Amino acid sequence: MTSPYPIASILGILFASLTIAAGLIWLERRLLALWQDRYGPNRVGPFGLAQVIADAIKIFFKQDWVAPFADKPVFIIAPAIILVTVLLSFAVVPFAPGIVVSDPNIALLFFLGMSSLGAYSVVLAGWSSNNKYALLGSLRAAAQLLSYEVFMGLSVMGVVMLAGSFQLSEIVHAQRGLWFVVPQFLGFILFLIAGVAETRRLPFDLPEAESELVAGFHSEYSGMKFGMFFVGEYLGVTLISAMITVLFFGGWLGPVLPPVVWFLLKMFFFISFFILLRASLPRPRFDQLMSWAWKLLLPLALLNLIVTGAVVLLLA
Amino acid sequence: MEIAFYIAGVVAIISTMMTITRLNAIHALLYLVVSLLAVAVVFYILGAPFVAALEVIIYAGAIMVLFVFAVMLLNTGESDIVRERLLLSSEVWLGPSILSSVLLAEVGWLLFREPPTGAFPAAIEPKEVGIALFGPYLIGVELASMLLLAGLVGANHLGRRDPGTEETEEAENADTRARQPAAGGDLVRAGADRVTSAP
Amino acid sequence: MLSIVETIWRVFTHAFRKRVTVLYPEEKPYLAPRYRGRIILSRDPDGGERCVACYLCAVVCPVDCIALHATEDEHGRRYPEFFRINFSRCIFCGFCEDACPTYAIQLTPDFEMSEFNRQNMVYEKEHLLISGPGKYPGYNFWNVSGVAIGGKDKGQAENEGRPVDVRSLLP
Repeated sequence: MTSPYPIASILGILFASLTIAAGLIWLERRLLALWQDRYGPNRVGPFGLAQVIADAIKIFFKQDWVAPFADKPVFIIAPAIILVTVLLSFAVVPFAPGIVVSDPNIALLFFLGMSSLGAYSVVLAGWSSNNKYALLGSLRAAAQLLSYEVFMGLSVMGVVMLAGSFQLSEIVHAQRGLWFVVPQFLGFILFLIAGVAETRRLPFDLPEAESELVAGFHSEYSGMKFGMFFVGEYLGVTLISAMITVLFFGGWLGPVLPPVVWFLLKMFFFISFFILLRASLPRPRFDQLMSWAWKLLLPLALLNLIVTGAVVLLLA
Repeated sequence: MEIAFYIAGVVAIISTMMTITRLNAIHALLYLVVSLLAVAVVFYILGAPFVAALEVIIYAGAIMVLFVFAVMLLNTGESDIVRERLLLSSEVWLGPSILSSVLLAEVGWLLFREPPTGAFPAAIEPKEVGIALFGPYLIGVELASMLLLAGLVGANHLGRRDPGTEETEEAENADTRARQPAAGGDLVRAGADRVTSAP
Repeated sequence: MLSIVETIWRVFTHAFRKRVTVLYPEEKPYLAPRYRGRIILSRDPDGGERCVACYLCAVVCPVDCIALHATEDEHGRRYPEFFRINFSRCIFCGFCEDACPTYAIQLTPDFEMSEFNRQNMVYEKEHLLISGPGKYPGYNFWNVSGVAIGGKDKGQAENEGRPVDVRSLLP
């Protein structure tokens, strides 16, 4: 079910995802302001939308400085890794029938693999900066991303069991009768938490933790290299929201409106929810974060896996 | 497809060589990651997408991050680079390279003994892998799970704090907690004295 | 766990509350008459300069942004030859207004001073002087002080007795 025009859909999805990621900078500031009784950026252009362009111009023209004590090649390659891995993950997201770059039968595994490779970006950025705070941030990042990857993979296995495939379009088709959020509610909650942790968003932004670690792993970054981390983070939010939509909320399925509109509506709902989480929840301590992952969420994911497997076997 | 296979193979060989010759441990690990990714591509082309994905997730994504994590904690400096450079002297690598060239000759002989088929096998679905693993190879899976369980129990044992020290630590905490209000009380009493004695 | 959900919900309800932000250029906030903004020099009710160039404001200024030089006119009335305030230094503390013995220097509720050229922030006397008496409408320093100037001799000020003749023994 790949697209009839592969080049067009590759360019379209690339352009659309980058535009959405850039637009999220504006959306996040407006929504945070909304929940903090403020207005947010509303001066540049209609509703402040041109703020995105202003920010982009500013960040492009900033001095691109590499610290003399940094490990230069690794320092330069680190921000590229996050963008490449997240953009590659978008290749397997089925936005609508026909609007997908590639729909392999291991799409879900591909997504998990790319998100685990994304960890390198943070780890290497912190290490190559040769800065104590950056190193602390990347140590936290390595531990956090590894721990949350484990049960992120396990939490979606229930969906895979119900759909009987790793192929994302198959998973969407399997939700024609009932969205998987109902039979897999626990899996959904676990995937949501893991998704927030994987994108290093508040409340799980311990690798960054500006109140403790200056700016964490990207303390030494400036200019467009910092911008790549920034856009990478928003791309990650978009990706996780898209994956939640595909895996648990029936992807493009919905009445009346065209499929793409349904997909984008569901996706933006979850993006807004991510921002609401940022507005409302404080950051946990690092030992709390780790003990939740291994002592609470991993057993819950395993339990979900066993129960789902048993039910699928009984019904078969 | 064939071209992609050979490119991935060459990348894997080059990056593995770079892994061995790098002086900086993190750079070596990065080349190792590239090598693993290249091997994943080879697997994919040979018709094993499931194995390719697992290679990326588990080896490149998880285990190598742990390696990098561990190496990051070692504060390597100039002395380590000097020592690494010494490892590249000929008497160190001569023996292993002779042995591996014997293996290489063997592989070449095996490859050229049979005429190449020239076709890549059809892709194996994840479902088939699962059926194979839990059908004919069930005993292997069970043995691997036992091994992993042993590893898990061992890690838990090593990571556990000694119950004796934990108790004393808690007792110390309790001690300070008990002492603090008393100290505060003293201060209050001292203040009260001062107030009464001031005039 | 429930408390987390409750927190999220409570934050969400803030979406429907009144905004705290004042949209400044469209909506100007009320500023009290005693707000400490742009500094002006006021005049007497009869139109003369109030400033007597006593230098007290320049002395008290913590950032040394006031510069002036005193001179006298033909009637013996002191006034500043030039009076210069560098507003790019001024911190709007209001000490100069407190120090001024004649109510000449006053701070106003105007803060919208922005220039593209830093030099334009240096205000000369003609920029500072206003035509009215400012916050103290009826006050005229020369009418209550004992100094003799042209048209007013000693003892002719308001509430002032005739000067005592120290060479005479008569009461």
